[in-house]
Amino acid sequence: MTTQFTSAPPTAEATRKARRRPEDSYAARGTRPGFLWALPATLFFTLFAIAPLIMVAVLSFMSWNGLGSPEFVGTDNWKRILDDPVMIRSIWLTLLLTALGVVLQTPLSIVLGVWAAGHQRNRAVLSAVYFIPLLLSATAVSVLWRALLDPNFGIPARMTWLFGDGNLFGEQATAIGVLAFVSTWQFTPFHTLIYQGAARAIPPVLYQAAEIDGAGRFRQFFHITLPQLRNSVVTSMILMIVGGLTTFETVLILTQGGPGTDTTISAYYMYQKAFKGFDFGAGAAIALCLVIAATIVSLIVVRVSGYDKMRSDMEGVS
Amino acid sequence: MRRRPNYLAGAGSIVWLVVVGLPLYVMLAATLRTRQDYAKKGPVSFPDEFTLDNYTRAFDSGFGRYFVNTIVVTVCVVGVVLLLVPPLAYAIVRSRSRVTSQIFRLFLLGLAIPAQAVIVPMFYLISEAGLYDNLLGVILPTAAFCLPMSALILSGAMRDISPELFEAMTMDGASPRRMFFQLVVPLSRGGLSTIVVFSALQAWNGFLFPLVLTQSEETKLITLGLYNFQTAHGIDIPGLLGAVTLSMVPVLLVYLFARRALVQGLMGMGGK
Repeated sequence: MTTQFTSAPPTAEATRKARRRPEDSYAARGTRPGFLWALPATLFFTLFAIAPLIMVAVLSFMSWNGLGSPEFVGTDNWKRILDDPVMIRSIWLTLLLTALGVVLQTPLSIVLGVWAAGHQRNRAVLSAVYFIPLLLSATAVSVLWRALLDPNFGIPARMTWLFGDGNLFGEQATAIGVLAFVSTWQFTPFHTLIYQGAARAIPPVLYQAAEIDGAGRFRQFFHITLPQLRNSVVTSMILMIVGGLTTFETVLILTQGGPGTDTTISAYYMYQKAFKGFDFGAGAAIALCLVIAATIVSLIVVRVSGYDKMRSDMEGVS
Repeated sequence: MRRRPNYLAGAGSIVWLVVVGLPLYVMLAATLRTRQDYAKKGPVSFPDEFTLDNYTRAFDSGFGRYFVNTIVVTVCVVGVVLLLVPPLAYAIVRSRSRVTSQIFRLFLLGLAIPAQAVIVPMFYLISEAGLYDNLLGVILPTAAFCLPMSALILSGAMRDISPELFEAMTMDGASPRRMFFQLVVPLSRGGLSTIVVFSALQAWNGFLFPLVLTQSEETKLITLGLYNFQTAHGIDIPGLLGAVTLSMVPVLLVYLFARRALVQGLMGMGGK
């Protein structure tokens, strides 16, 4: 009875399993770690990352001033933020800054990465210098540039022929320019690293074949290097987008969202609403918008970059 | 393959060297000169006389304390990561349980959760837990946000362990626990050092969690100290840049000694 029950329906299941993963030898059974090994990390991660993620959705329907207990208010917060011109504008500013970041950093880091993929000694030394901005905290980088671009004592004040009155933080266009430039300064090294790794992995035989066909450097770059870097371009751009959506310290320290609200991007507006205006419900609603945007991007990451193929790599390790 | 120098790329790389190097030079030079000298001669010039006064001033404004706090947070975050991630990565690589592959997906999705997204509920959670303005309240979320990337890096390293070694240990009748301690951990030392460097860097440079979850001078971390110094003494640029330089000294030291692990880790962030 029992044998019948277990033998008939699970056959399909069993073959599917066997096709997916080669069966362990007899001796190997019981020597693989169970999921319990992953449990402590999972619980910890759930408590401090997944649970807050769910709570942000709940809080966006509640009113909370940071003291007392949150109270349910329905869609009130959502109505308020969707009617708020500063909020709508912050979305556009976030998108603009993100797009500027991608447009500035992508070509720069591709060219630098391909160049740094060469093996000469001077490249190793130069790339070591290029990495330095990457090690610095966004705080340190922002404080550094705020000091360098100070309207009274900074570089622009010395070069008025180029920078006009020297106050780059006084106008929207230049303030946005500063923010885009500082992110580029800080993050180009990271993306360069991605491309450097990818460019080193291109099989040299492709270039040898191109040489024989008499293709010049530019043709080689556009017909071999760039196509071979396609996956890295996708990964790097997605990281840039997530980074752009969540820029925060740079704005807090460099422009404080100003002049006026001219550089108030969504993450900064969320911080202001919640932690300066003690309107945590509205803050949660804005945060949820960020979550949704980041989730969409992350789903694209998993689809396009092949992170989810990691599971098939696992099968090789049997 | 024929190698002729690529002048265009070479020139471009020199331009970038200036873009990266000049601000760093200005910073170092400013920290070694007096405020008057900086104001008079401008940022890019060479200092007339050298002084260490700026560093003393930064230290006087509390940076010693911030250093100690930041070291405590960094060590604890690395400790939590080292405790939780190796077993997780081991299970991801070796376990055949369905639950484990779901868990792996959860962590992959977690890669894209920005700290800003959860900061409002985190503030609520930490306050309710009575950990507001307590270093533990910064350590726990910071460590949690190091987990996805560390798991990805370390499981990558563990996948490189040859299957034959597992087979051989299996023949000897080794338990999963023994394989973990005698095979997996020793052979993934490279990956382990990468996640140590990576999470230490995250903890050292963290800003948002300390900004929102702490308040008093006793729990202040370096990044916050910098931010406050900037709002309070924004006009004292050499002093400010002295503080920035101090905040990056440990990171630069780590870079000198663990460059390989760091670069590997950062390349891992790109998903190769």
